[in-house]
Amino acid sequence: MTRIYVPRDSAAVSVGADDVARMLEEALAARGASVEIVRNGSRGMLWLEPFIEVETPNGRVGYGPVTVEDVGPLLDAGLLDGGAHALCHGPVDQIPWLASQQRVSFARVGVHDPLDLDDYRASGGLRGLQRALTMPDDEICADVLASGLRGRGGAGFPAGIKWRTVMEAEADQKYVCCNADEGDSGTFADRMLMEGGPFALLEGMAIAGIAAGATKGLIYVRSEYPAAIRTLRTAIDIARVDGWLGDDVLGSGRAFDLRVVEAAGSYVCGEETAMLESLEGKRGMVRPKPPIPALQGLFGKPTLVHNVLTLSAVPAILADGAAAYQALGFDRSRGTQVFQLAGNIARGGIVELAFGVTLRELVLDYGGGTANGRPLRAVQVGGPLGAYLPGDTLDIPMDYEALAAAGGLLGHGGIVVFDDTVDMAAQARFAMEFCAVESCGKCTPCRIGSTRGVEVIDRITAGIDRDRNLVLLEELCETMTDGSLCAMGGLTPLPVRSALAHFPEDFHRAPEATEP
Amino acid sequence: MSAYAPGSAEAVRSVLSALPADERLILPALQRLQESFGYIPDGAVDAVADELNVSRAEVVGVLTYYHDLRQTPPPAVVVQVCVAEACQAQGVRELLRGIEGEYAVAVGKRTVAGDVEFDKVYCLGNCALGPAVMVNGHLVGRCDTRRLRTAIEAAR
Repeated sequence: MTRIYVPRDSAAVSVGADDVARMLEEALAARGASVEIVRNGSRGMLWLEPFIEVETPNGRVGYGPVTVEDVGPLLDAGLLDGGAHALCHGPVDQIPWLASQQRVSFARVGVHDPLDLDDYRASGGLRGLQRALTMPDDEICADVLASGLRGRGGAGFPAGIKWRTVMEAEADQKYVCCNADEGDSGTFADRMLMEGGPFALLEGMAIAGIAAGATKGLIYVRSEYPAAIRTLRTAIDIARVDGWLGDDVLGSGRAFDLRVVEAAGSYVCGEETAMLESLEGKRGMVRPKPPIPALQGLFGKPTLVHNVLTLSAVPAILADGAAAYQALGFDRSRGTQVFQLAGNIARGGIVELAFGVTLRELVLDYGGGTANGRPLRAVQVGGPLGAYLPGDTLDIPMDYEALAAAGGLLGHGGIVVFDDTVDMAAQARFAMEFCAVESCGKCTPCRIGSTRGVEVIDRITAGIDRDRNLVLLEELCETMTDGSLCAMGGLTPLPVRSALAHFPEDFHRAPEATEP
Repeated sequence: MSAYAPGSAEAVRSVLSALPADERLILPALQRLQESFGYIPDGAVDAVADELNVSRAEVVGVLTYYHDLRQTPPPAVVVQVCVAEACQAQGVRELLRGIEGEYAVAVGKRTVAGDVEFDKVYCLGNCALGPAVMVNGHLVGRCDTRRLRTAIEAAR
């Protein structure tokens, strides 16, 4: 039976994928065609969503962006045989944008029905967990260390060291916590992976639990991602029935079980200690470190905390060996990074490549520049706490150290593009405003500094005592950077200072005439 | 929906009795109450504190900390407009002006216009198809005033 794939990913649905699926079903029934509609994840070519695919003898042929109105004409043009049409992009695995990527974490996303366990197994799923169950715990940790995997949430800490720390800690209970509180604007990889490839995350967590000696896992998912929460909960139920989560993981006699915890709308809970507080049901306020969560984490017990992408990379490392993963990458940044192209960009979406690709290649070659064709003025890399880089200096290799050297940070791999209409003083003000809204209030530099920052920037743009206020803003940034407890207050100065450094003219404009 | 008056000790107890042992914590308790009543009613604070054996201050602290938790019933339609950087780059300021023109409301924290509530949020994870808006939990991409109007009508 012919198969048609229509993504179920939230982004695809947000531009009409559900309507297209319904229309296809009706139109096919009316034509008496017997076709199976599979709701896959998204390939990550978001500018083409809804992007539908038809299985043909020559592979899967893709069409997009498809609207409800296109369904009839597409069927008339021979959609079921991969027929030619203005929306046809040919065989999907030959689309250069996709074919040139090095997909590891996203290898399966968009290919299958994310909740089809047979497909997951057939494409190599659970091999990593099976292998891990035959290995001593310290060898699993050694494998992860040898792979060079670093925390993908933003900090880039070597994962293997964390694993070993938790493994060696003695306690009656240990935990694995997945931080899926992906709050950075410009990032959506965690969401797409949870919606489009949940089993890889579950398998990665099970491997982590086995290695670290943790029997309980929690996935802390932001409430803005209801589809991800539903998908994960269903996937966990399926995995339990299949026997690879629960009291006896794949018949090994070892226990590991998982549950999803829905967050409640607090950006700072993406910080690991604030997340732990929130998982304990309290205000999501940052804890001072030390003690580190690996030794005293959830409910004071040793806890392995990782981001979605870090844990999802683990099954492939265990299945194919650390060397294969380590072979990818650049300098001290090993493996692949899932970049997310967002904002005013012609071809936005997921680009997974080995570290070392330049910002220019990502933004111009993959992204195609701005969506509206206006000149590209600024790029923010690494979320709301990342630096604004000028559009004419994009030759920066994307890895942890090179970006740090350029005054930025990789963060969670989000890249937001702005055209020449952007007002960088307004962006700097927004960074402070966002920090004021989301600050947990635990430390003064962040709590007071952010509101003070908004006030000072307002005075600068209003032309009030501009030079003195610029000095004040710099001092404020210094205080926040050096004195804040966590990255929220500590890194908010980064977008502010980079805007000041690269776009000073925006802070020196004549004040707008105020209406009487 | 509970058979008891929202916020009464009986209603709170009845909702919290469904919580598994490892979720008998303040935040999950309040989330569960909000699922049942649509908001955290007056009086629930004392009952939660009593039920979980914690101080009222701790319950109020959690209740006022998280953006999602609300102390008033939600109107028929809740519209969350993403105002974060990626949506700014894709013209959310224009959308906000459009909303102001059409619904006579400056979108802020839970601003109400008739049976529609508009709320500013920071990132809905749809950053390549912005401006992104969520209407009663349904994500709308490439949102303009026309698409928003359609989504609000569908949600009513």
